[in-house]
Amino acid sequence: MDGIVQGDAVTGDDSWVVAGRKFSSRLVVGTGKYKDLETTAAAIEASGAEMVTVAVRRVNLSDRNAPMLQDYVSPARYTYLPNTAGCFTADEAVRTLRLAREAGGWNLVKLEVLGPPPLLYPDMEATLLAAKALIKDGFEVMVYCADDPVAAKKLEDMGCVAIMPLGAPIGSGLGVQNPLMIQSIIEAVKVPVLVDAGVGTAWDAAFAMELGCDAVLVNSAIALADDPVLMARAVSHGVQAGRLAFRAGRIPRKGYASASSPMTGLIR
Amino acid sequence: MRNMNDTVEMLALTVNGEAMSVPQGTTLAGLLALMELDRRKVAVERNLEIVPRSLYEATHLAARDAIEIVHFVGGG
Repeated sequence: MDGIVQGDAVTGDDSWVVAGRKFSSRLVVGTGKYKDLETTAAAIEASGAEMVTVAVRRVNLSDRNAPMLQDYVSPARYTYLPNTAGCFTADEAVRTLRLAREAGGWNLVKLEVLGPPPLLYPDMEATLLAAKALIKDGFEVMVYCADDPVAAKKLEDMGCVAIMPLGAPIGSGLGVQNPLMIQSIIEAVKVPVLVDAGVGTAWDAAFAMELGCDAVLVNSAIALADDPVLMARAVSHGVQAGRLAFRAGRIPRKGYASASSPMTGLIR
Repeated sequence: MRNMNDTVEMLALTVNGEAMSVPQGTTLAGLLALMELDRRKVAVERNLEIVPRSLYEATHLAARDAIEIVHFVGGG
């Protein structure tokens, strides 16, 4: 994939594992909000993502020949991560993912139970209930959640396979609003942590990765950019830059200057 | 759907919230074929119970059945 560096002599293999599945790309992308399925396919290809989120909806009976996502974004090539978008109760989320499992035949899912507009902030009480029911039913749950280290630890303890705190409200493009809590979650749990929601541009993704996230989930920032394919590539580079910077270890912040050139051997 | 044969009794049911009628004896497999849906790309719920793909042929529809047919669409 042109320009997508997944590992080379300098960076080495830097893959990550969720629920026993190994991925090279640390960018997970959503498939919603694109103007058409051709653009969806092109942008996802440019993003280098290996895992994509999808929603479950009624088949359109009035237009049965409408093109289907699967014809453009092949489940054979990409790991589909069915979500529970649009679910506001634990029961709805469980019902939706049972259907997704039947449609796709796999157990890895993204749970999200949202509160009301305008924030669509995660409803953690309902999320915890739904996670418990799904895990009991054999699902491997990657969970969208509040940037709350206590709730994140509870979700890990009950068996969720990845913790996905919001950086900012879904589709807001505000970037990571509370880096301290994202870092606290990364320190609190052992399973992968992904910033999900709020990324507005490549820099936001880089910042999330510099905090030490295992991966970032991006949809609106790519789908609604003027040029989604270019932005997909940009966000991919942002994720890689942030990850490399995290691994490299940044210098401490100081409130004074330290000269970069020797202060000895000066001409007199 | 029109009654194709007046001697065949029709079953009234709902599919994705829309009223439909199908000839008595129609199976779930038959319904999907009538609707020209690729069964490999959908999942079906009948009266809130998921019907596994392997049982589509053996599932005979009944009057007042509520059928949900879903598939994957773009989402975040």
